[in-house]
Amino acid sequence: MATTPNKPAAANKSSQGFVYLPLIAGWLVPGAGHFLLGKWIRGLLIAVSIIAMFALGLAMQGKLYTSAQDILDMLGVAGDLGSGLLYFLSRAAGWGGTPVQTTVADYGTKFIVVAGLLNIITAVDAHNLRTGRKSS
Amino acid sequence: MHPSHFFAVLLFALFASTVFGITMRDTPPKMFRYGAYCFVLFVGSVIVFSWVMFFITR
Repeated sequence: MATTPNKPAAANKSSQGFVYLPLIAGWLVPGAGHFLLGKWIRGLLIAVSIIAMFALGLAMQGKLYTSAQDILDMLGVAGDLGSGLLYFLSRAAGWGGTPVQTTVADYGTKFIVVAGLLNIITAVDAHNLRTGRKSS
Repeated sequence: MHPSHFFAVLLFALFASTVFGITMRDTPPKMFRYGAYCFVLFVGSVIVFSWVMFFITR
């Protein structure tokens, strides 16, 4: 008699629901992917780090990339987009200095871009936790 | 906001190291150790390269 083999609990868990939800949520809101997986402390640390980095970048009059005139601008837009809703809300509110005139403002621009890139790393980490590629 | 350059480096290193520690390791003790390692490397390399640039310009 044919019987269905028992799958491990982790495999069953990873096949339930929309697999890409932590990835998308983590991209849109920093830390949300980890919150969805019940990793509260990690999610909180990630949210505080990325939101603080983004906010400090704005406070230093960092520039938000809005259009891609050349390859460097294109990379800047890609980095900024990594922050998800933070970027869209900031653009809608008109935050961020446009021309970089001081060294600190240039640092602020880098803070904003790196916050976005770090957010992409955390969203992928949440996805790996969800799929079981990362154990814990 | 106009932090000093070194304070900006410290903030950058703190936040980046936190994220690196959480995402690159599996268990909390390893995360903490790796985050601290990254922080020391960030700040240490900035101090070393700052001195290198200081001597280059002399």
